[in-house]
Amino acid sequence: MKTLPRKDVVIVGGGWTGLLMAKELGKRTPLSILVLERGPLRKSVDYAAGMDELDYFIRLHMMQDTSKETFTLRHEENQTAIPVRQLGGFLPGSGTGGTGEHWGAVYPRLMPECFQLYSKTVEKYGAKKLPEDHMMQDWGITYDELESFYTRSEKEVGVSGKAGNIMGKKIEGGNIFEGWRSSEYPMPPKKTPYVSALFETAAQSLGYHTYPNPSAINSVPYTNSEGISRPPCALCGFCERFGCMIGAKSQPTNVLMPIIRNQKSVTIRNGAFVRRIVYEKGHDAAQTQGKARGVTYVDESGEEVFQPADIVFLASWTFGNTHLLLISDIGNRYNPATGNGTLGRNLTHQAFFSLQAFFDKPLNRFMGAGGTGRRVSDFEGDVLDQTNLPFIRGGSIQCTSVGTQPIAGFGVLPRTMKATWGDEWKKASIDYYDRMGIISFSGEQIPHKGNYLDLDPTYRDHLGDPLLRMNMNWRDNEKKMAEYMNKKILEIVHAMSAKEVNPFPGYGDYDAVRYQSTHVQGGTIMAPTPEMGVVNPYQQHWQASNLFILGASTFPNSGAANPTPTLLALTYRTADAIVDQYLKRPGMLG
Amino acid sequence: MLVYSLDRRASRIFAQEKSNQTLKIPLRFFTEEEALIVAAAAARIFPGDDSSPGAKEAGVVIYIDRQLAGPYGRDRYRYKQGPFNDNAPREFGYQGKATPAETYREGLKGLKGFDKLSTAEQDKKLHQIEDTHLFALLRQNTIEGMFCDPVHGGNVDMVGWQLVGFPGPRMSNFDDMDTHYGEAFRPKPVSLEQITHRKVRPSEDEDLKS
Repeated sequence: MKTLPRKDVVIVGGGWTGLLMAKELGKRTPLSILVLERGPLRKSVDYAAGMDELDYFIRLHMMQDTSKETFTLRHEENQTAIPVRQLGGFLPGSGTGGTGEHWGAVYPRLMPECFQLYSKTVEKYGAKKLPEDHMMQDWGITYDELESFYTRSEKEVGVSGKAGNIMGKKIEGGNIFEGWRSSEYPMPPKKTPYVSALFETAAQSLGYHTYPNPSAINSVPYTNSEGISRPPCALCGFCERFGCMIGAKSQPTNVLMPIIRNQKSVTIRNGAFVRRIVYEKGHDAAQTQGKARGVTYVDESGEEVFQPADIVFLASWTFGNTHLLLISDIGNRYNPATGNGTLGRNLTHQAFFSLQAFFDKPLNRFMGAGGTGRRVSDFEGDVLDQTNLPFIRGGSIQCTSVGTQPIAGFGVLPRTMKATWGDEWKKASIDYYDRMGIISFSGEQIPHKGNYLDLDPTYRDHLGDPLLRMNMNWRDNEKKMAEYMNKKILEIVHAMSAKEVNPFPGYGDYDAVRYQSTHVQGGTIMAPTPEMGVVNPYQQHWQASNLFILGASTFPNSGAANPTPTLLALTYRTADAIVDQYLKRPGMLG
Repeated sequence: MLVYSLDRRASRIFAQEKSNQTLKIPLRFFTEEEALIVAAAAARIFPGDDSSPGAKEAGVVIYIDRQLAGPYGRDRYRYKQGPFNDNAPREFGYQGKATPAETYREGLKGLKGFDKLSTAEQDKKLHQIEDTHLFALLRQNTIEGMFCDPVHGGNVDMVGWQLVGFPGPRMSNFDDMDTHYGEAFRPKPVSLEQITHRKVRPSEDEDLKS
């Protein structure tokens, strides 16, 4: 195998976290940095020709190529896993910018107690309240420690919204239940779609506290903390699953790449499919002194090469990070029978579902952008008193207009309508087309002993390596939570004077087809001790001080909120620790 | 309406029949016989009538023909390694070995003469195959052909978009988002090539020699 010239830093994955780390280290250190991205080169100027629902929304043009690599799924231990042959339930992206290109850009912070899920829940409700077979634990970092990094991310990424808690002072109109913030959002909220205005009036009439969904999409022209200027959103509706045609939606290609392109020390190599982390096990008893020596990857020509490096970052999507550690045999694999081991455990996928409400007036649903509308947090986390409820935790309820497109949007009818084709179906589908609004719930999934990642014994990727196996099902806590939240949403829908509604039928087995969200977390979780997690709270591997892992794979639990703000805040924190401590004295941080 | 000449080229008379305009469109995947069956089935799934156009007027069969000849038809992006488990629960998605092109080619053999049946007989036949994978594809691909950007061969003259009031890739709704509450706002549709003022190469043309 050919050995390439050594780099100081190699970063696996060119999405939000990988490119943010590259930019930060490129700006603040003289290190030579190489980013390896398996997907194609993407540039923000390419997106204007991509306003095409078929290629982008339906055929998933920006997503990972499942013909090369996918994952398998089983619901319970006694089953044989089946490959998920086409993406559906979540949509990891590929190419420069990764999932951060086609994302919906909703940008809320986690509730403060999410970082101490175990101790705060026990403190408030007692150990008896914890669900059976839970794997809840604390992160080893608190919201207060992370606040300044959240703020930094909001100023650089560019976020529109309305604060509800500045330094402990509650502000009506914002989310009064959120953790304290040191400052207001950089931009005011975007305009309000009609359906969200209906939702707001209805939710307020029931005593709930609506607020504009925080969004990493510009509402006004914005120049960020690095001097990068981008225009306001035109609400064109080609947003989620698309790259932004005008650069109003914050994406790595329009926020980070303009800086990285001018950094001579940073190189981005596309078409590089990383196969292994080259690793030397530590010889000490606790094996805490292992070392990553670099990575091997298959380049665009199909040749496998060795790229040596002094520091290795895994910055792939949740599955890629876990998969690479598993096939490189680094760390202790989780064993669900004994509960021992750390690698692969605490897999969570945010509990998300929607209700369809049908109104008598047209909603002009083609207008919109990711997460544009209103949200309530009255049922999120500790805001909801769970003492007499059959579940713990909760989530937020939102009503947005993201821009409905006709292939995906046509034929969604009240369930009382049985026809699925033919004249009657066509007429009804046209009649209901622009009168359907979506009210959705986004909640926490409690980590469970049976929900984890490991390697599949049968199915392989295009290079012959085992696929990742997803062991996942909805458990009692999510099922009971969904039942309760469905009732609460129905009350709001009725207050919105909907004519008909499709309630959420409840969770069956975990579904890999129906899109929920791309908010999948865990597998390489952080913890205050090596027995409890793969990385320390600086996202540094407990067994190799020069190996760092970035992204939601390090989250020990899901929040109800979207993960990107938190994973970017954690990336800034890791970057600071590397620049301020690690480079001066390499070794375990802390 | 669609007419087919014997040199396996389909001709389509435009939605505005009065113009008498005829287009010659070569088939890329279907045989003439297959194209007539698919066109007839799509027209029952999404019928047209005097007041509103359907699959025939939107050119759905041309759309499906091009898709099946391209990367979609051969499952370019689907994981195709075995073993295959056809009995997998719905939550795992389509698990069959056949590509869309193979599913159509094989399945259409069972629909020989379909285009010659009365509409009532056609509906009866479609009800019989409602649970098949072929029907699921026919239904999905018909909707796609009704509402895709015209660059893909369907939604001719944006007739599908006009049915539901979709304006296509309209660059800005900034001034309209909060000024039409409760009333229908229906800007004139524009296609991708109209808005970008240039030729757009759709993904199904990847395989064609340029």
